[in-house]
Amino acid sequence: MTATLPAPDRPGADAPAPLAPQARLWPSLAAVYRSQLSRARVARIPLLFVATFQSIGIMILMRGVVDSGPGDEARAVVAGSSVLVVAFVALNLLAQYFGRLRAEGGLDFYATLPVPGAAVALGTAAAYASFTVPGVVVTAVTGCLMYGLPLSGLWLLVAVVPLAGAALAGLGAAVGLLAPRAELATLCGQLGMSAALLLGVLPASRMPEPITWLRDLLPSTYGVEALAQVLGPGADWGSVTANLAVCAAAGALALALATWAYRRAAGR
Amino acid sequence: MARGGEGAAYPGRVSPFPAQTGVNMVEAGCPPDDGAAGSVTALAVRGLTKTYPGRRARGRSRDQPAVRASDGIALDVHRGEIFGLLGPNGAGKTTLVRQLTGLLRPDEGSVSLLGHDLVRYPRRAPRLLAYLGQDATAIDELTVSLAAETAGRLRGLEAADARRAAHETLDELGLGELAARPLKRLSGGERRLAAVGATLTGERPVLVLDEPTSGMDPVARRAVWSAIDRRRAERGATVVLVTHNVIEAETVLDRVAVLDGGRVIACDTPGGLKSLVGDEVRLDLVWREQPPAADPALARLREDARISGRRWTLRLTPERARAVVTTVTAGPAFGALDDFTLATPSLEDVYLALGGRGEGLVKA
Repeated sequence: MTATLPAPDRPGADAPAPLAPQARLWPSLAAVYRSQLSRARVARIPLLFVATFQSIGIMILMRGVVDSGPGDEARAVVAGSSVLVVAFVALNLLAQYFGRLRAEGGLDFYATLPVPGAAVALGTAAAYASFTVPGVVVTAVTGCLMYGLPLSGLWLLVAVVPLAGAALAGLGAAVGLLAPRAELATLCGQLGMSAALLLGVLPASRMPEPITWLRDLLPSTYGVEALAQVLGPGADWGSVTANLAVCAAAGALALALATWAYRRAAGR
Repeated sequence: MARGGEGAAYPGRVSPFPAQTGVNMVEAGCPPDDGAAGSVTALAVRGLTKTYPGRRARGRSRDQPAVRASDGIALDVHRGEIFGLLGPNGAGKTTLVRQLTGLLRPDEGSVSLLGHDLVRYPRRAPRLLAYLGQDATAIDELTVSLAAETAGRLRGLEAADARRAAHETLDELGLGELAARPLKRLSGGERRLAAVGATLTGERPVLVLDEPTSGMDPVARRAVWSAIDRRRAERGATVVLVTHNVIEAETVLDRVAVLDGGRVIACDTPGGLKSLVGDEVRLDLVWREQPPAADPALARLREDARISGRRWTLRLTPERARAVVTTVTAGPAFGALDDFTLATPSLEDVYLALGGRGEGLVKA
């Protein structure tokens, strides 16, 4: 019965209507980034404080067993605690956010807009990486003062935060979007952050070998290594560059994974 | 209110769609009516079927059987029409609109929107329509103006155009004063209105709105309806909307498809649907406590009434209704009467007369 017959007196009945243009990648990425960033004012600030206090608390605890001065351990503690802020916010909170969004049907908002998947995944990841900046800076400066390390190396945060942020936010987004239930996303985010804490803050030289393999698998490790290098005298710039390059590669992979996970979650 | 005895109120009534089999359901779909011969179809849906798989029991929970949420749905919506999907919760309205918007893949059937096959090309849907879903988690923590502006940008507008469009839409909806407030801090109705604002920012020829006015006060509702109507009048927009509010359905919709159990059980103009229940009127009598038991006229009425607490609901011909009102208001029963209303049939009556089994329709 059904056919709606396009009679001759219905011009254009069977000519498809023009499609509105697809939103372009960079403008829509910027729009997602801006909107996500604005959420910090409404919802995220208490948790950003928690992230910073957690790291400072760990440094205070470790101060009891680690000597001041530019030794391996002091540098590892300060660098690890600083990058831990990134893990808390970008990995853990973003996994929770996407897990909740997916579970509650919030992804429908983006899925019914003509926006590239990469814009949503990358814009959100970038915003979460940005949320970490104040906490990382406060933690790193506090740590350097507490452990008697030079502040002059902290400029490297300009590279470490975005690269570790990309890697961890990408992973967090992927975990949140792929987890079948919101609770699982939360659990995985928490576990990832615990891993970053245990494997990042403690100096590698004290770890059993199987644990160091695990440590090598965690992308934040390379950010920690690079930062730890420049907190001491006579940094090996080749090693710093290599560590940052690994971080960048892991970041690119993680963001690609996040984009794929978004398309999978938002598609049908 | 118990509506279980509804069948008894229509003894011998023949449903216009007697055998609700899958085959007949196609015929109970919603083809263009005769009065719209010159119109152009915006949305054509054929044989749309979607079954949610059942779940095996885990722990102490029970097996969940598979649910056929869309069962051979056929619809035609004309360009420039405000078309409603009416039914209680669980009737399959949201499942249907999610298939129309490319969010959900149907098991079978076709969806053609403005000449585009959305089953095959679901990513074209966002370029043809704007969708208001039931959930606003994605924009909950944004301010009202940023939510609308972001939606505009993600619909492809340039930054300045998106800002202007958002501003205009929010003014149109009377949200100007709330523009700087985050959605989360607004009341339920205001939040819904802000979500409507985000949906209407950035022009689209088709609007698909899932319960756009739920939780809104009358002022906000009017703002939404006039904004939608303006888009239809000025730009020929086509609107498909979900509602379970029968009053709203009667006043704003051009045509309405009544859904029940994933099927279209009727489809017509609100007036056309109401004529299905004939010219019977509904008389509600509400008693202060108990109606006078000795009155023989009341005893007869009681047999025909659907009784819910102190309320008796009767479906009568207009002549008989007048006679009953005269009897009740003139006789000794009047002293026991708290209130009475006489009303022409509503879409709810239509829904129940058609065999709808849900109880979730709203009448406010």
